[in-house]
Amino acid sequence: MSAIYSLKIKSPADLVELRDNFLKRTTGFRHTIYICGGAGCISSHSEDVVQALKKAIALRGLAQEIRMVSTGCIGLCAEGPCMIVDPDGVFYGQLTPEKVRMIVDRHLIGGRVVTEYTYFDRQKQEYIPYTKDLPFFNKQVKIALRNVGRIDYSSIEDYIGHDGYAALSKVLTDWGRDKTIQEVTDSGLRGRGGAGFPTGVKWKSGHDQPGDQKYIICNADEGDPGAFMDRSILEGDPHSVIEALIIGGYCIGANKGYIYVRAEYPLAIERLQEALEQARGVGLLGENILGSGFDFDLEIRIGAGAFVCGEETALINSIEGKRGEPRQKPPFPFQSGLWGCPTIINNVETLANICAVINRGAEWFSSYGVGRSKGTKVFALAGDIVNSGIIEIPMGISMREIIYDIGGGMKDNKKFKSVQSGGPSGGCLTEDHLDVSVDYESLAAAGAIIGSGGLIAMDENTCMVDTARYFMEFIQDESCGHCVPCRIGTKRMLELLQRMTNGEAEEEDIENLETLAKTVSETAMCALGQTAPNPVLTTIKYFRDEYIAHVRDKKCPAHICAALKEYTIDPEKCKGCGMCARGCPVNAISGEKAQPHAIDPAVCVKCGSCKAVCRFDAVVLS
Amino acid sequence: MINLTINGKQVSAPEGSTIMEAAKLAGIDIPHLCHCPGIHTNGSCRVCVVEIEGMKKLMASCIVKAQEGMVVHTSTERVRLARKIIYDLLISNHPKDCMACSRNQSCELQAMGGTLGILETHIHGEPSPRRVDISPSITRDTRKCILCRRCVTACHEVQGVGAIFAQNRGFNTVIAPALGKPLNTVDCAMCGQCTVVCPTGALTETDGMEKVWAALTDPNKRVIVQVAPAVRAALGEEFGLPAGETCTGKMATALHDLGFDDVFDTNFGADLTILEEGTELLQRLTAALTGGEAVLPMITSCSPGWIKHCEHAFPTELDHLSTCKSPHTMLGAVIKSFYADRLGIDPKDMFVVSVMPCTAKKYEIQRPVMQNDGNFNVDAVLTTRELARMIRTMGIDFVNLEDGTFDAPLGFSTGAADIFGVTGGVMEAALRTVYELVTGREMPGSNLHLEPIMGLEKIKEASILFKDVKPEYSFLEGVEARIAVTSGLKNADVLLEQIRDGKSPYHFIEVMACPGGCINGGGQPRIRNNVPNYKELRIEALYNEDEGKPLRKSHENPDLLELYKVFLGEPGSHLSHELLHTTYTARGHFNEWLDPEFIAKREKEMSEAV
Repeated sequence: MSAIYSLKIKSPADLVELRDNFLKRTTGFRHTIYICGGAGCISSHSEDVVQALKKAIALRGLAQEIRMVSTGCIGLCAEGPCMIVDPDGVFYGQLTPEKVRMIVDRHLIGGRVVTEYTYFDRQKQEYIPYTKDLPFFNKQVKIALRNVGRIDYSSIEDYIGHDGYAALSKVLTDWGRDKTIQEVTDSGLRGRGGAGFPTGVKWKSGHDQPGDQKYIICNADEGDPGAFMDRSILEGDPHSVIEALIIGGYCIGANKGYIYVRAEYPLAIERLQEALEQARGVGLLGENILGSGFDFDLEIRIGAGAFVCGEETALINSIEGKRGEPRQKPPFPFQSGLWGCPTIINNVETLANICAVINRGAEWFSSYGVGRSKGTKVFALAGDIVNSGIIEIPMGISMREIIYDIGGGMKDNKKFKSVQSGGPSGGCLTEDHLDVSVDYESLAAAGAIIGSGGLIAMDENTCMVDTARYFMEFIQDESCGHCVPCRIGTKRMLELLQRMTNGEAEEEDIENLETLAKTVSETAMCALGQTAPNPVLTTIKYFRDEYIAHVRDKKCPAHICAALKEYTIDPEKCKGCGMCARGCPVNAISGEKAQPHAIDPAVCVKCGSCKAVCRFDAVVLS
Repeated sequence: MINLTINGKQVSAPEGSTIMEAAKLAGIDIPHLCHCPGIHTNGSCRVCVVEIEGMKKLMASCIVKAQEGMVVHTSTERVRLARKIIYDLLISNHPKDCMACSRNQSCELQAMGGTLGILETHIHGEPSPRRVDISPSITRDTRKCILCRRCVTACHEVQGVGAIFAQNRGFNTVIAPALGKPLNTVDCAMCGQCTVVCPTGALTETDGMEKVWAALTDPNKRVIVQVAPAVRAALGEEFGLPAGETCTGKMATALHDLGFDDVFDTNFGADLTILEEGTELLQRLTAALTGGEAVLPMITSCSPGWIKHCEHAFPTELDHLSTCKSPHTMLGAVIKSFYADRLGIDPKDMFVVSVMPCTAKKYEIQRPVMQNDGNFNVDAVLTTRELARMIRTMGIDFVNLEDGTFDAPLGFSTGAADIFGVTGGVMEAALRTVYELVTGREMPGSNLHLEPIMGLEKIKEASILFKDVKPEYSFLEGVEARIAVTSGLKNADVLLEQIRDGKSPYHFIEVMACPGGCINGGGQPRIRNNVPNYKELRIEALYNEDEGKPLRKSHENPDLLELYKVFLGEPGSHLSHELLHTTYTARGHFNEWLDPEFIAKREKEMSEAV
C-alpha cells in the first residue's frame, strides 16, 4: 500500500484513473473472500484464521486466483470469526484454522459449499449457506455500512475503487456549497447520534453563520452500553467519514476539523490514523484539494473515557483541554462552539451517509424510510438475542422484524420481554410495541428513542426494576457533576431503585421515584441528565406491576434481585445426597446423610449453586 | 432593547440581558443560588429555572438570554415544584447542622429554604465522600459545598491562580486542589476571595477567635489589638450600616469593650511602612542612577497574598519585592520591642492581635521570618467578619456605640495611612513622602491625589517628574519616575511577566492581591449580592478618612517621628532592618523550589548554559 504515497491525486481525473486501475487489478479472481477484521472477530481470534487461510491458499498455489480482503465488521458478531466467499455469497461463521483449511479444499478447490460451517438456523433446524437467503442479511439495506465488510479498511485504493472521494470531487468541482447543502437537506438525513436534527439544516446554519474561523467535528465518542455502530464504521470504512468531513468543512467554510474518538477504541483510532495519513499522503487532505483551491485538514482527539463527552458542548470543552462538562445551550455550537467559533458537530454514522447521498442523490436516499425519518439506521443488536451484531435497516420496519427476522429471535427459545432502545437515555418497550415502526417519531411516541442505535433485547428472565437500576447506575456514574439534578438526582434515583431491589422500599417510593425522575428530566442542564430518567419512567409506565411486586410484596417476579430470592429444599424430593451442601460457598446447607437437607436463609447468599447441582430438582426458588 | 413578556408583564430589557436580569427590571426576583452577579454564572444549581413558552424543558434564567417575543413564567406550579425538589436534593447531601456553622444566619443555602417555603424534606440518602481541610488561612469543609463553583471562578478567572477546581465526577465531584492535596501544600495565595463568594460554610477563614478569647481571659497576658485601615470602611456592614459608612470611632470603643488592653492602629504601621519603603525606593533609585547595582522596578510588599503568589509564580523575581514587612507585622515588631520596653514587660507576656480585611495575613504571621528574638510579631489575626462575630458574642450594641479613639503611642496616623486599604493608596502615600523628601515641595496633583492611579481599573499607570530637586538628590533632576498600580493577582501576573521578560518600563509598582485592594479583601463582609457597587463605596470611605485628617503625609506623623528619634534611629537603620524588614522564599508552582534536588539540577543547567 505504500506505493500509493508516491502517487498524488491532484485533480478529479487522477481520481478516476486510480479507480479504474484498481478495478482492473481486482477483477478476474475466481473467488473473493471477505474476512471480518472487526474488533469482535479479532477478539475471537480471527487473526489465527486469517493466517491459516493465507497459508492454505499459498500452499495450494491459489494466490493468483483468490483475492482475500480483510474487512471491517460483517455484522453477525455472534457468529465470529466469520467470512463471506464471493461470487457465491456464502457466509461461514465460527471459523477456526481447521475449518478454513477444509473450506479451501472443499469449496475453493472442490467447488462445493461446506454447508456445516455455514449459518445454522436453530428455529428451523437447518443450515442457511447463502447470504441472500439469510434474513439477517437480506432484510438489511446498507447505506452507511455500504463498504463495511466489503472493502479493505486499510486501503484508500479499495475505497476509491468503490466510488470513494467521488462525492468530494463532485462537490468541489461541480456542485459547490449551496447545491450540496440543499441536496443533503432534501435527502431528509437526520443526525444519527441521538437527537435526530436535520443534517442539511445544521450545515446551512454553519454556512450562514459569519466568521473567518469555523470548525467541523466528528463525534465518535460512542459510549452507550452495548452500542458499537460508530466503532464498526471507523474500523471498517474510515475514509467515508474523512471524505464527509472534508465535504462538510467545505460546505460550512471550515478549514479545520476534529475527530473526537473515545480512548476505549484503540483499533478504530489506529485505522483512522492510518487513513488520515493516506489521505494526506495522496493530497486529499491538506492544501488545494483536487485542485479546487480548498484547504482542509483533520486531527484526531482522544477522549479520556467520560460518557458525557459525547454531549456536544462537553465534547467541545474536552477538545479545548477543559474538564468535560457541558455548556448551557443556547448559544448552540453553530453560533459559538470550539474556541468560541461557529462549529458543526456530526456523528460518525451521519457522516457515513453523506457520500452516498451525494453520489446517488437525495431522491434515492429518501426513497428509504417513512415520514420524516428518511434512509436507514444502524443498530447494535445486543442482549438475549440470537444474532447479536451490527445491522442497518430501512427506517419504518417493525421492531418485530428486527428482533425475530434479523435478530433470529430470543436465545434458547425464551419469551421476549422487553427491548431497550437508545441506550441509557432510551426507554424500555414491551411486547405490545413489537409492531411499532422503527423511526424517530414512532419510537418517541412509544416512550423510547432511536438514540444512537443501541438495541438491547431482554427475555423473560429479566427484572425490569433491576434493568432500570442498571441504567441508573451507569448514568449516575457518568454524570459530570455539574448540575444538581443530574449530580444528586441520579444518585437519589439509584438509591431508591436499590432500595426496591433490596426489598427495603415503601409503596410510595414508586411515586417519589417518578416525581424525582420527571424533575431531573425537566431541569438538568444537558441531554445526559434530561434523558437519564427515561429507562426509569418507561419501566414504571410499562412494568408497574413489577415495581409493585418489589415494594409491596417484596418479590422479584423474574427471580433476579438477590435480596428478594429465597432458596428452600423440598424435603419430599431431597435424597440427602449432600451435593448441594458440599458446593455451598457459605456453608448454609446442613443435614444428615440420606436425610432431607435444609438451607439457613440467614446465611444463604442466594448464589443458586445448590439449585444448579441438585439432581433431584429438590431446590426450590421462590 | 428586547421586548418580552414575563408573568404577563411587558418588559423591555437591554440586548444581551439574561431572563433573570430582565425579570429584575420587571420587579421580579427569581430565586438563585449558584449565580453570583458580576462574577460567576454557570447554571449549575438550577434553582432559578423558569418556564419559557415553546420550550419543553425548564431553563436556567441566570444563563439563558432574553429574546424578542419570549413569554416567560417564573413561578408556575411546575416551576415551584421543580425548585423545591432541587432544593431537597441539595440539602439531602448537606450536613444539616446549621446551628454549629460559621455561616448560620448568613448562609445563602439556608436562606433559600425560607425563600422557597420549604417546610419538610422528602429526599434522603448517602452523603458524598468529603472532608475538612484546615490551612492557616482558609478552612475547606467540602461536606458543606454545593458545588456552585463560585470559588473556582474567583480563583481561576478573577485571581488567575487556579489552586482549586472540580475533581472526580458525578456524585463524587469535589472542589479541591489537584489530586485532593491540602490547600496549604499547593500554590494557593491564601487571598480568601473564595471565602467571600462561597454561599455556604464550605469555604471560610480558619478560626482565629478561640485563641483571642483565650488570651483575653488570661490575666497574665497584655493583649494588644491593632486594626487595618480597610476594616473601618466595612465593619459597619456587618451590623446593617450602609456600605461606605466608616465606623472608626465605634470600632475603637468596641475593641476597648472587648477587653483589649491597648487598641492600636495598623495605620501607624502604615505610616512607618511609607518611611521605610520610601527610603528603600530612594536607595534603589540612587544606586541605579549613580552607576551602582539596583533591582528595579521595586514592588510593594504589604499584601501577603501577593507575596505568596509571587513566591509561587515568579520565584526568580523576588528581588523586586520591597524588603519591608507588611504594616501590621511592622507594628507587631515595634509593640514587642519598643512598647514592651516602655511597659517594662517581657514580650512573651504580650499577645498581639491584628484585625485584618485579609485571610492571607493569618498565614503570614506563621512565616518563620515573622519573628524577632524568638517572638512572633503577631500572635493572631482576626478577619473583619470574625471581629463582628466577637462583638455580637459580647452583646455589644455596635450601632449605638459612642465614638472612641485609638491609644497612644501607636494609635495616631496620617491620612496617607488610611488609603493603604485602597488600590493605588500605598503608591500615592509613598509618593506624597518621596516627592517631598526629594524636592522639598508637596506632591503635585489635586488635593494630594494622583488621579491616574485611583479607581478600579485593572492596571493603572502614571509618571511623576522630579524637577528642582534638593541638592542631595541632584541625580534625580529631570528624572521621570514611571509607576504602575494593580490589584488582583491575575492583573499582577501581567506586570510580573513584563519584569520576567525584561520589558518592564516601570520604577515602582504597587500590587494588592485582592481586586480593588484591601477594601475587597478575603476577610471582608460578604455583601456582593446586595450592593453591587460596594467596592466603590468602601474606597470612597477611605479617601474621605484621608481627606478629613489634618496631617496627610506619613513623614508628618509626630508620634512616628518620635519613635524614630527615641528608638529606631532613622528609616533604613540597622534596627529598622532587624525589626521591620524581611526575606522571601522561592517556592514555584509545585513548591519545587523548596526541593534541594530541583535547585541543584537547575543550577547545573544554568552553569551548562553559560
